[in-house]
Amino acid sequence: MLGGARDPILVPEISQHEIQVRQGFTGADLLLFGAILSPEGSRAAGDYDIVVVLEGPVRSIVVREKQKVAGVWVNAQASEFRSAPSFFAIASNRPIRQIVDDKTAAIYELGLDWLQLSPIGVIEPKLQQRFSAGLVDLMKRQGLYQQNEGGVQIREQVLYQARISLPSSVQTGTYTAETFAVRRGKVVASAVTRVEVTKEGFERFVAVNAQRNGLIYGLFAVLLSVAMGWIAGRLFALV
Amino acid sequence: MYLPIANLSVNGLVIVGLGALTGLLSGMFGVGGGFLTTPLLIFYGVPPTVAAASAASQVTGASVSGAFAHARRGGIDYQMGAVLVAGGVIGTGLGALLFRLLQALGQIDTVINILYVVLLGGIGGLMAQESLTALRAHRRGVPVPARKRRHHPLIASLPFRYRFYRSGLYISPLAPLLLGTATGILTMLMGIGGGFILVPAMLYILGMGAGVVVGTSLFQILFVTMATTMMHALTTRAVDIVLAVLLLIGSVSGAQVGAQFAQKARPEQLRLILAAIVLGVAVRMALGLGWRPDEIYTVVSL
Repeated sequence: MLGGARDPILVPEISQHEIQVRQGFTGADLLLFGAILSPEGSRAAGDYDIVVVLEGPVRSIVVREKQKVAGVWVNAQASEFRSAPSFFAIASNRPIRQIVDDKTAAIYELGLDWLQLSPIGVIEPKLQQRFSAGLVDLMKRQGLYQQNEGGVQIREQVLYQARISLPSSVQTGTYTAETFAVRRGKVVASAVTRVEVTKEGFERFVAVNAQRNGLIYGLFAVLLSVAMGWIAGRLFALV
Repeated sequence: MYLPIANLSVNGLVIVGLGALTGLLSGMFGVGGGFLTTPLLIFYGVPPTVAAASAASQVTGASVSGAFAHARRGGIDYQMGAVLVAGGVIGTGLGALLFRLLQALGQIDTVINILYVVLLGGIGGLMAQESLTALRAHRRGVPVPARKRRHHPLIASLPFRYRFYRSGLYISPLAPLLLGTATGILTMLMGIGGGFILVPAMLYILGMGAGVVVGTSLFQILFVTMATTMMHALTTRAVDIVLAVLLLIGSVSGAQVGAQFAQKARPEQLRLILAAIVLGVAVRMALGLGWRPDEIYTVVSL
């Protein structure tokens, strides 16, 4: 279905292929844009719907649910997911439900309702749904999951663009930006670009050392705090 | 400011201010102030583990200058301190195991909260009661009859008695060792120095002389929080050096200012204020346990 002769030409681009997390990082704004042309090479955007998905590295997670037990809110039930994206943003030029049917949306993971979280172990579908909904809701409010129907603007029948903002709490790793062209409910073209989010400079140095050289890192932290306490004591003794 | 371990961007001034606030308290009352830092950091959005791990190094910084000052005045019983520290190091090790176990069970937050409520509530209540009695007596002009300095009868029954000269005690080292262990566990779990538990315990359970209690407790806190920072750096890897430095900047200067305040104020009043703060935190935490939490769901990576 993809890549045939009668498929449109989709040229995606992204404003930044590398995001550096360093001191002063407060998040980043990404512009995902591109052009879509009909197979014959003429302006064609009017005939297609555009959906843009930016997905961060997946990780295995535990989602815990609090319940009131004997008057106290404690973590009661838990569910594990093998592949929860640490970031997921989707933008489209009109509501997803009007663009594709549920089956297609599920296949291409078009929308927060269709995330493939791969639960670990046997779990009741109803319970799993509750946990996925809880996860999505939580991540949404942290700005890590976004669904912006109407976030894709199409200009002059050829250019499309979508703005996606990453909060400062994003994980580092490789992010994939996938653009889908949909016609009459069928995905007719898709293209992938990548964004690398990396810690740089001092931040990278700290994160790497905290992971690998725990002993030296800890000693340094201890010495630093002793030194700062001692210096402050000395300074104030002079006052 | 971006915190490289917490993966979070924060307002540096807020953190420095937070450090200054707890430093002020630690200077005024001789407690580490960790019992305030950790919950406030969590409230600010820092992950609980990172908050507890980084608060420990802040307490180290805040207690250094205090410990030096007491050492110069001879207010530290080093033998007793060494035993307490040994216990404390054992405690942080046990605490680390417990931390990992509770984390795996998903109950670490609840346990931390309950510990806060029980400990802060209990100690705060006792302090409030004691300082109120003292204040009332002061107003009437009748001094409170001095409590007879004696250690708990259980302590006397422990074997291997040893003479601690500066504390004026002849007791088994097992008692301070156990006390040190208990505070070590609490330090690891709650990110606190444990001074507000250690001081009353040394006074009323061990029966130590009042002159060396605060100094020795600071000595123990200093080393135990150092051990805690190391333990966190090696196990949870959650010590955020940027967060710790920001907190330290605030708290070491706050501690000095607080110490000068403390010299001017009356001790009973100070203790009453501290009791009020401690009780306030405890009540807030207790309500938090009973109220429907903001987030029903929490996410942890495997």
